Amino acid sequence: MSFLNDEVKGQLKGIFEKMNNEVTLALFTKEGPCETCPETQSYLEEVVSTTDKLSLKLYDLNTDKELAEKYEVSHVPSIVVLDKDKEYRGIKFVGIPAGHEINSLVNTLLSVSGSGSPLSKELEERVAKVDKPVNIKVFVTLSCPHCPGAVEKAHLLALENPNISAEMVEAQTFAALSDQFNVSSVPKIVINDEFEFVGNQPLEVFMDTIEKA
Amino acid sequence: MSLDFSINFAGKEKNKLDSNTLYDILIIGGGPAGLNAALYSKRKGHNIGIITKNVGGQVIDTSVVENYLGYSSISGENLMKQFESHVKELDLPILEGPSVKRLRLADDSQTKEIVLDDDSVYKAKSVIIATGSKPKKLGVPGEDQFAGNGVAYCAICDGPLFTGLDVVVAGGGNSAIEAAIDLAKIANTVTVVHRSQLRADKILVDRINQLDNVEIKLNTQILKVLGDKSVNSINVLDKSTNEEYTIETRGVFVEIGYLPTNEPFKNTVKLNDKEEIIVDKYGETNVKGIFAAGDTTDTPYKQIIISAADGAKCALSANEYLNIL
Repeated sequence: MSFLNDEVKGQLKGIFEKMNNEVTLALFTKEGPCETCPETQSYLEEVVSTTDKLSLKLYDLNTDKELAEKYEVSHVPSIVVLDKDKEYRGIKFVGIPAGHEINSLVNTLLSVSGSGSPLSKELEERVAKVDKPVNIKVFVTLSCPHCPGAVEKAHLLALENPNISAEMVEAQTFAALSDQFNVSSVPKIVINDEFEFVGNQPLEVFMDTIEKA
Repeated sequence: MSLDFSINFAGKEKNKLDSNTLYDILIIGGGPAGLNAALYSKRKGHNIGIITKNVGGQVIDTSVVENYLGYSSISGENLMKQFESHVKELDLPILEGPSVKRLRLADDSQTKEIVLDDDSVYKAKSVIIATGSKPKKLGVPGEDQFAGNGVAYCAICDGPLFTGLDVVVAGGGNSAIEAAIDLAKIANTVTVVHRSQLRADKILVDRINQLDNVEIKLNTQILKVLGDKSVNSINVLDKSTNEEYTIETRGVFVEIGYLPTNEPFKNTVKLNDKEEIIVDKYGETNVKGIFAAGDTTDTPYKQIIISAADGAKCALSANEYLNIL
């Protein structure tokens, strides 16, 4: 089955020309039951095939345990986005970033490649001040038009400050996780597994919540 | 898996809005009204720009549109993509993302200044306000407490999280019935609760009546949303029997209409008691050179095609205003 038609592939080609640097996607799957692992792999293979600036590396959660720990991967499928030096910048997609989330995937890849738009001075200073570990989970559904915006913002914050990590979580595949955080509206943003808000809110709201955490 | 892979990436930043330019027309809003206003004003040869939170407006939350002439059935999002690509062919600056804080008249009392939330200012001889509306709330106890924990305002976004569960849709217009039809495909049962009679188009009512997991309670008012961590039931009043009872449900999808979003303009232009901007038949507000189109105005019947037409009307009126300026 093909995920992307020629039109979308053509669009991706054009967009990825704007990438300043190469980016690597590290996909973690595992042997045994993982319903969405094979489709996530084929999807990423199709995305990566549209440009030579992207490469895909395949890992197994169990056999590549050390790497999984380094990248803080605990669910499959998970995609870790690595920069041009193959460094982990705290950016992940937990579950398939398909449907509407193709937009967050594309924009995050552009940002990690160094061609995103910069933050305002004021925000940049606020983000730089975060000096303790912050984890942002953004729960999404693939049919939600507002969700990619929230995912991109979380990823942008992670890119700005090494103390911040951010992950998209596809709420339907990871139903147990969604239940744990009582997700019934998306995008739902959970910071350090404790502080939360709903909706694609401005970056200032992300920062307000992070500073509270 | 059926997924819509539409990419929202149409040459952002290619054509930037400039804060040193005095534009002929600046349009605030990127829904059907704003985009059509842009199309008409650009074709008249004016120097224009759009400032909007997001291109597409609330139509992108609509799963299917079946009443826009020329499209027998199209997703709200794809319809807006058609609008957007049409407008973008004209190569005009679109500033997407920021919110407008205020609209004011400059000291010459003719130039209009649009102040954004980061305090940047854009200037125009004439302004078209097309900021649309946002979902109306039920206004009952428990609604705010459980917002995001069972109370939802976007059926296409949150519907998948209620797979196999019992849900309630509040409302009786087209949006409510469309949401109920969509939810019936994934939820266990859907109960539509509406305080009077259905207002939805007959074609939609006929469709929902054929679904065997949907129940419709008319003349029924929602009194309270109840739950612990998340929603588990609602209290309702059957107005024909005056009886109160409880409906068990895990989700309450609120689809009871919209409220205009025009907070930044209320000190500049006149609103009516429904907080809609008052416009004349040319789409002009009480301030010369400030026009308003679509759901944010007192135009009756909030429909995509009516908003788009309003946008055209405002653009043509703004054109005449500029000609005699």
